[in-house]
Amino acid sequence: MASVTLTVNGKTITRDIDPRTLLVEFLREHMRLTGTHVGCDTTQCGCCTVHVDGKALKSCTLLAVAVDGSTIMTIEGLAKGEDLHPMQAAFREYHGLQCGFCTPGMIMSAVDMVRRKGTDLDDKTIREELEGNICRCTGYHNIVKAIHYGAEAMGKAGTAAE
Amino acid sequence: MYPFTYHRPGSLADAVKLAGSDEAKIMAGGMTLLPTMKQRLAAPSDIVDLNGLDLAGIKVEGGKVTIGAMTRHADVAGNADLHKAIPALAELAGMIGDPMVRHRGTIGGSVSNNDPAADYPSACLALGATIVTSKREMAAEDFFTGLFETALEPGEIVTKFVFPVPEKANYQKFRNPASRYAIVGVFVAKFAAGVRVAVTGAGSSGVFRQFDFEEALSKIFSTQAIEGIKQSADGLNSDIHADAAYRAHLIGVMARRAVEAAR
Ligand SMILES: Cc1cc2nc3c(=O)[nH]c(=O)nc-3n(C[C@H](O)[C@H](O)[C@H](O)COP(=O)(O)OP(=O)(O)OC[C@H]3O[C@@H](n4cnc5c(N)ncnc54)[C@H](O)[C@@H]3O)c2cc1C
Ligand code: FES
Ligand code: FES
Repeated sequence: MASVTLTVNGKTITRDIDPRTLLVEFLREHMRLTGTHVGCDTTQCGCCTVHVDGKALKSCTLLAVAVDGSTIMTIEGLAKGEDLHPMQAAFREYHGLQCGFCTPGMIMSAVDMVRRKGTDLDDKTIREELEGNICRCTGYHNIVKAIHYGAEAMGKAGTAAE
Repeated sequence: MYPFTYHRPGSLADAVKLAGSDEAKIMAGGMTLLPTMKQRLAAPSDIVDLNGLDLAGIKVEGGKVTIGAMTRHADVAGNADLHKAIPALAELAGMIGDPMVRHRGTIGGSVSNNDPAADYPSACLALGATIVTSKREMAAEDFFTGLFETALEPGEIVTKFVFPVPEKANYQKFRNPASRYAIVGVFVAKFAAGVRVAVTGAGSSGVFRQFDFEEALSKIFSTQAIEGIKQSADGLNSDIHADAAYRAHLIGVMARRAVEAAR
């Protein structure tokens, strides 16, 4: 067993875990934060994307012990109470999802994209940056649109720097 | 995954000691190691995590670029000094995988793994990098010894890479549309002393130098110089994505594009 302390969505917790525990298992099974999904478990689909110390990572390919002491943000941490994060609101507004399975990862990647590339994103950039996120429903069109407007809204709301 | 004991040493000496034990495995970004462990293709008794060591960073100085083994792909891709010194190397890092993989994967892990379709090995070979480990320095030629094989001994840890700055260079990658790894990648580097060309993705024993192209380009650095040179399909990979003849053809095309784009 190994002791791990993580700050997840603002809450700090310490647990004794098997060193094999993946970050996504820690989040879903130990913390019951089931918004982070496992689509492939082979580092390809991006459904498990979370932010670790501010950067998007695939939590299915990360040992929880290896990020001991880190600050984690999951999809559950984005909204402010009843108010959706501008990127979440844009996915709803522009129909950026169908079944919704890929959506948490898409949104976490999109917010990370804005951090790195700014709030004025063209379609080419968005598509390139979505390399690590797979959606089997939408055909991506409305995801790209949602990210474009979500990024713009983040700029207006001043959430880009958060 | 099979059970293992996790270690996060705080010094290189401790890491070497821990990694030297029989069934131990070094972990850098884990982007290759963890998927293989999940598939139970690897079953290390001990994981020696290098993330507690101070092995990351990029320094450009006196015609040389030094990159620490634990430097993430995203940090190589985004380094302003490197973009001035060897833009081709920064651009190559930006072509690896996807943003999340680039946030975690490291140059040391990629080169130590020597995947025949990986990008960095071509840069090491074409630029004539020196690979520094916990016990010695090696030329890239001596480091890559075959498919997924390197000269690393058990417990030996790569600590940094030293790249000479070329006059100009470029890397061209023909991606597998699904995995985004290279079906063929060609790195061309022009130095005062001559041109070096390294090919990844194609060779059935991993990355290799294309000496005919090098000779022709060292005389005249132009696409015409290599237009007539035929790349043999012998020793190249054939798989469902591309057969050997197609890969041979692509090596010529990618090399000419790299010469054209070199800066
Ligand atoms: C979805 C996806 C797409 C990818 N696409 C590409 C691509 O397009 N091009 C490409 O080149 N790569 C690609 N990769 C691989 C990626 O670049 C990995 O980051 C890299 O291969 C391994 O680096 P790592 O730091 O994660 O190493 P790890 O997985 O931690 O280690 C890999 C191996 O190297 C050993 N090792 C690690 N560091 C050292 C060291 N300092 N000294 C000695 N041994 C060491 C380990 O023991 C292990 O055997 C992709 C990976 C994924 C998951
Ligand atoms: S579940 Fe992590 S990338 Fe698919
Ligand atoms: S909406 Fe179903 S996988 Fe993307």
